[in-house]
Amino acid sequence: MNLKGPIMKIANKLVGVVALLLFTGTSTAAWAALGHAEPWQMGLQDAATPVAEGIHWLHTFLMYIITAISLFVMGLMLYIIVKFNAKANPVPSKTTHNTMIEVLWTVIPILILVAIAIPSLRLLYLQRDIPVADMTIKVIGNPSWNWTYEYPDLGLNEDKTAKVTFTSYLKSKEDAAKDGVPYLLATDVPVIVPVNKTVKLIVTSDPEGIIHAWTIQSFGVKIDAIPGRLNEDWFKATKEGTYYGQCSELCGKQHAFMPIEVHVVSQPDFDAWSEKIKTASAEESRDFLFAMLKAKGQLAKN
Amino acid sequence: MSNATAAHGHDDHHALPTGWKRYVYSTNHKDIGTMYLWFAIFAGVLGGFLSVMMRIELAQPGIQIFHGLANMVYNAGCDMAKPEDCDAGKHMYNVFVTGHALLMIFFMVMPAMIGGFGNWFVPLMIGAPDMAFPRMNNISFWLLPPALGLLIISMFVEGPPGASGAGGGWTIYPPLSTTGQPGPAMDFVILALHIAGASSILGAINFITTIFNMRAPGMTLHKMPLFVWSILVTVFLLLLSLPVLAGAITMLLTDRNFGTSFFVAAKGGDPILFQHLFWFFGHPEVYILILPGFGIISQIVSTFSKKPVFGYLGMAYAMVAIGVVGFVVWAHHMYTVGMDADTQAYFLAATMIIAVPTGVKIFSWIATMWGGSIEFKTPMLWAMGFIFLFTVGGVTGVVLANAGVDRSLHDTYYVVAHFHYVLSLGAVFAVFAAWYYWFPKMTGYMYNEFIGKLHFWVTFVGVNILFFPQHFLGLAGMPRRYIDYPEVFAGWNQVSSYGSYMSAVGVVIFLYGVFSAYAKKVPATDNPWGVGATTLEWTLSSPPPFHQFSTLPIIK
Repeated sequence: MNLKGPIMKIANKLVGVVALLLFTGTSTAAWAALGHAEPWQMGLQDAATPVAEGIHWLHTFLMYIITAISLFVMGLMLYIIVKFNAKANPVPSKTTHNTMIEVLWTVIPILILVAIAIPSLRLLYLQRDIPVADMTIKVIGNPSWNWTYEYPDLGLNEDKTAKVTFTSYLKSKEDAAKDGVPYLLATDVPVIVPVNKTVKLIVTSDPEGIIHAWTIQSFGVKIDAIPGRLNEDWFKATKEGTYYGQCSELCGKQHAFMPIEVHVVSQPDFDAWSEKIKTASAEESRDFLFAMLKAKGQLAKN
Repeated sequence: MSNATAAHGHDDHHALPTGWKRYVYSTNHKDIGTMYLWFAIFAGVLGGFLSVMMRIELAQPGIQIFHGLANMVYNAGCDMAKPEDCDAGKHMYNVFVTGHALLMIFFMVMPAMIGGFGNWFVPLMIGAPDMAFPRMNNISFWLLPPALGLLIISMFVEGPPGASGAGGGWTIYPPLSTTGQPGPAMDFVILALHIAGASSILGAINFITTIFNMRAPGMTLHKMPLFVWSILVTVFLLLLSLPVLAGAITMLLTDRNFGTSFFVAAKGGDPILFQHLFWFFGHPEVYILILPGFGIISQIVSTFSKKPVFGYLGMAYAMVAIGVVGFVVWAHHMYTVGMDADTQAYFLAATMIIAVPTGVKIFSWIATMWGGSIEFKTPMLWAMGFIFLFTVGGVTGVVLANAGVDRSLHDTYYVVAHFHYVLSLGAVFAVFAAWYYWFPKMTGYMYNEFIGKLHFWVTFVGVNILFFPQHFLGLAGMPRRYIDYPEVFAGWNQVSSYGSYMSAVGVVIFLYGVFSAYAKKVPATDNPWGVGATTLEWTLSSPPPFHQFSTLPIIK
């Protein structure tokens, strides 16, 4: 019987797979960055909000559990391959029942699941119980595959619409290359929010439009933009920086081409920008803010 | 039972039909099963072709081939120098995503497992002469080719203005599938689903009736082989879930064509209603795809370990439990639609419960092998590959069940990796395991063991290279259903594409193996697998007679 060859191949492959699983679980921090992915990244993007930190913690916790389970199953199978092949064990046993072990492999998984469910529910309620907000931004997914943002806190027109509103488009390949920012992530006019402030999002889609989804992974936010519905979400970014996201609900031909870019800046910078945008265009305010950030060395690119 | 015997005796007077009439007019469960299997191979090759095209596209950032494909197929007139301006090409990618999913789910896995192996082996395993409603069996199969035809036609008629095909994903969420794509392509897809659904409902009724009424004397429910149990649970899921899909897509059809507004928020409808209806069908559907695989793996593991299945009753009722709980977890596909915390908490808890009966199955298979005298023939390699890879797919399912973590992973490649581990590496491995296990019985020929094992190893390595890196892409934040992606995701995408090409080589090896088995005609014995193969089909000749069990077997 030529069994050894294929068995060793199984063994090698399985060890490789599980090693990779382990690696993913423990290497998250070393390979990731804030607000965007890195080449060959294997884990989540770095966390910038309490919710995202919760996601990181729970994901790492889960990775330990599922890696242990996968290793356990793999170990049992390897043992079986070595000990119970026809050559090593010519006479099969007749055992078909063992009440004790059947109870154990039902009860132990239940206990593991309870251990997962408790922190998981805590994280879920942290995400979905929207706290009192310091400011509100309305996000609208447009049928022309771009995002409109409204800042009602920065003043209302007479018809109660927000004074500060702008639409943010994909930055073209040429412009992205020129500015040294990532194509398919960078937008022409980014969203600006202050650091350490609870920002409430009201997310919807154009009534004549289709469903999109707004996400920034480092914030732990992903929420569908649905025509005729107002969805709520929130984040409290604790680290200044540039954060990217991409539309996360299939929305037609330009689905891959409607990025999201958020800049988290200090409160004084935000105040300066919000004063500027009350009178100037979104582009001018952006240039004004970026010049300020560049002067402080906080914005390497753009 | 005596009635069945009498009816069967009457049948013997028919001449054996030949030529095209044998198949087109067929009321024979084995011939119909064979047609289902060839149909599934055809659809699988087609769906596999679409997926390889997508992986070629995704091998590098930027748009590589779809502007050219759109020019070639649709005469789209895209500027080859500016692929990112080719709207027809971008939409065509979405059409491929949609077509790949629908082909693989409705026209490959389901026909192979339920129509193919179910038709062939449920009657044989319970000692019945045929299915309960042989003519209905015929129409169940013959509804599928027109359904597939409609799906293929949909790729060549207008979808959104100025582009061809339906690109809404297999989930066909409105408004993308209504106002988003007003052309007739989506109507063709909806009608294809209606017809394929009708086919499955008729098949489900047939299986339920057969299993409840046509078991040989002594074949109690608690003595039925686990494959029959798995089909029984599966067809109940089909019978209960498909009408919900039919209702949902009928409303979609009237929203599109007759001015209704079931899913239009501005007119008192709700787009999320469709998602609830769809997933009330869609989640049982993913168990429909995998449950027959559970049954197949139980038979094979028991046969090649030369041991009865460990914990038989637990195995049977674990499948029943998975089926029942599978109906009450649907909204875990919708964690990001804005549901409140309590609703998500329920779906989180209910979803995690499914891990318990699934764990029972995994551990019972291991316990079946434990103490066995295992022969690593090709079907057993596929079965063992299934058990480990399904475990990997299962544990990432536990990760995704946690709504909090799913917030980051929803609609990313992590989900793509997860469901391909349970379906492409789970269900499809089970299909291939069954194919090699029963090929000698169905055809009377032995397959070539070397080609079978080569097929396994090339596929096993290929699909892991293909899908394992997709976990990393998803964790790093790459959304699914994207024709183009930021530069940073290039590395793992390239690795994934190489895995895809390797898996495609696996398919070629498979087809060559089938061809060589038919060409060489090495005769198979009635029971090529020895003492472990204890179910009734191995008591018959290989291939079985056109009508079997003229005298019903008695099960003690």
